[in-house]
Amino acid sequence: MTVATCSACGAVPHDKIEQMIEAEHRLDISVPSVHCAGCIGSIERGLMKVSGVRAVRVNLSLKRVRIDHDGSSKVEENVLDQLTNLGFEAHLLDGKLLNNKPDEQSRNLLMRLGIAGFAAMNVMLLSVSVWAGAEGITRDLLHWVSAAIALPTVAYTAQPFFKNGWSALRVGRLNMDVPISLAILMAAGLSLYETAHGGEHAYFDAALSLTFFLLAGRYLDYQTRAKARSAAVELTALEVPRAQRMRNGMVETVAIETLQIGDRVLVRRGARVPVDGKVVNGTSEIDMSLLTGETMPQLVAENDVVYSGTLNLGAPIEVDVTHIGQGTKLSEIAALVATAEATKTKYTSLADQAAQIYAPLVHLLAFGAFIFWQFYSGDTRLAIGIATAVLIITCPCALGLAVPAVMTAASGRLYRLGVLIRNGAALERLVDVDTVVFDKTGTLTTGIMTVVQAPKGEDLRLAASLAKYSDHPLSVAVASLIDQGAFQQAKDMIEHPGQGIEATVKGIHVRLGRAEWFGVKPVAGYVQTWAQIGDQPASVYLFEDTLKNSAKQAVLQLKKRGLKVVLLSGDTQLATERLGAQLGIDHAIGAVLPDEKLALVQSYGGRVLMVGDGLNDTAALAGAHVSMSPASAIDAARAASDFVLVKDDLTLINSCIALSKSAKGRMLENFGIAAGYNVIAVPIALAGFATPLLAALAMSASSICVSLNALWLTRGK
Amino acid sequence: MSVLLYLIPISLTLGGIGLVAFFWAIRSKQFEDPEGNAARILLDDDVLEDR
Repeated sequence: MTVATCSACGAVPHDKIEQMIEAEHRLDISVPSVHCAGCIGSIERGLMKVSGVRAVRVNLSLKRVRIDHDGSSKVEENVLDQLTNLGFEAHLLDGKLLNNKPDEQSRNLLMRLGIAGFAAMNVMLLSVSVWAGAEGITRDLLHWVSAAIALPTVAYTAQPFFKNGWSALRVGRLNMDVPISLAILMAAGLSLYETAHGGEHAYFDAALSLTFFLLAGRYLDYQTRAKARSAAVELTALEVPRAQRMRNGMVETVAIETLQIGDRVLVRRGARVPVDGKVVNGTSEIDMSLLTGETMPQLVAENDVVYSGTLNLGAPIEVDVTHIGQGTKLSEIAALVATAEATKTKYTSLADQAAQIYAPLVHLLAFGAFIFWQFYSGDTRLAIGIATAVLIITCPCALGLAVPAVMTAASGRLYRLGVLIRNGAALERLVDVDTVVFDKTGTLTTGIMTVVQAPKGEDLRLAASLAKYSDHPLSVAVASLIDQGAFQQAKDMIEHPGQGIEATVKGIHVRLGRAEWFGVKPVAGYVQTWAQIGDQPASVYLFEDTLKNSAKQAVLQLKKRGLKVVLLSGDTQLATERLGAQLGIDHAIGAVLPDEKLALVQSYGGRVLMVGDGLNDTAALAGAHVSMSPASAIDAARAASDFVLVKDDLTLINSCIALSKSAKGRMLENFGIAAGYNVIAVPIALAGFATPLLAALAMSASSICVSLNALWLTRGK
Repeated sequence: MSVLLYLIPISLTLGGIGLVAFFWAIRSKQFEDPEGNAARILLDDDVLEDR
């Protein structure tokens, strides 16, 4: 074997290897709270101090930090620790999912935009001399120079429109790009013909500024989409899915995809169960709220089934993997999501609606003008000239900018508020929402338990002292009931996994745990724990999920808007109604299964905004007219949502609706401006009075009006 | 009007220089993080070396 055929060393060029190493020693971290120069400074300076870090670069637009390091083992954790110490919330992103290549298409568009702008300015300069009264050979010279600049520029920069228009024509459809391409080509062609024959009117500047303005719209549109797409990628890359695999008595951290059926994984206390499987060792309590919405922890012991996404509250358990990929609970939900999406009526965006009316109309107008002038004057050159002028004037410069400019402004504003928008048309859909459906657990509540009923005095003191020794969420809540100084030393603590704990406090035997452990009947509808002091009968501690601070105000705001607010939860009817009453929500339905949730959401008519975070909400999120999820939602839920509330503030829902209304208002205004300008300019063109100067003025003026109008949106707050 | 023979090439060249600068800016990734660039001018320490 020769060196050249050895794939490891010969075939891969050196710089490729270099790149591969680079990519491996690179960390992408999402830092949502970075917002100013001070943050950039402290992060970059702080992280450079971490050993092994070679380079740090904060990207403020993406709120991301990129770190190149030397590949030593502890760097990842040290960097995350350091960021936390600096006071920044940090999430490691899955580098494989992020597209690390520079965005070719965005650059490409920007390049075309730059060239078109350069050419338009120069040709405009030459055209000003023509308009100022250049005549004869001077005018011809200026026209020729313009042609020399304009023709290659148009040929290169307008390609996106030509391609789009052609692909629509080929399948017998019309889109916005057909009249655009026609106008640009006709303007350039006619001008060339006029120049060659020493004519007076050349529209080179119009062809170029058309291209320039439309490319600007296209670039904005692309940027908004790219931002939405990168937000989506970021969300999926947010959770690096890992599991603790046990093999030969050793525990190793591996990626979830590498797990096989039959593998054994360890689920530590407070960790999420990574797979669907069967418990083979250990007894614990599992929080199923993400999967079912139920807040009551479930007891699991050997041979019980556990599902991925649920949370282990108690002792560590060992789980044998029974399902991977297809066949997991997650993929069942995914199937439900797919059906929900399929049954959803397709929404036609405003811009598409406008294009459907606009494109045929423009062609008819231009063609009509050509026919009329052909018969009226018998002069084909004149008739083509007028038809071209009509095409140029009606060309949707303003229209092409109207929607993208507003969308860019709106999504920028949302981003600053702390909302990611994953789908541009969702902003338009949000406008006509008339019902808001909330999920309970994790959406309106924090998922953290607070005690609502407990014994008092010495009994509480003893129980709380014992609770202090456990980090079970319910124990933590009980322990928080008394002051730091009131704690008593507990002795001989014994933990009964999945049951409770017992110990001797101040010489009294104290037990704290599940109702079943004491042989008492649980109180219906509450999360609870029981405590027994000495030989007394056990007394109960009742818990409730803590409301999010912003929940009450958010519901109030929505009701004030006249929207119907509904609460749907997988939790018990009692718990759901109780929370509904607290928040002033009249329609509260509990014990709803995922597919029932979807059916209910669809039964409220076509304009439902669904807000949810769990796996059980995912189908409803996908099936609703518009959907939102908090950043704490599981990734399947976020992937099904149109909006993700990155900041944990439910009043943002109201802000989104308000913004969507003003954005739609701006879009309609912009269409109005564009239409108004056509109403004035088109008759002039039809009558044959349009000059290149007039076309240039009208086109620029309307485009600038539309852009400025869109920017109004970013004002305020 | 022979002055045009000088002025047109001159204006085109000047514009062309601007265009080349723009290309260079795109190629050296100066449009990747507009917000960050706006904020970075406020950093006054030179400890942070640029890439």
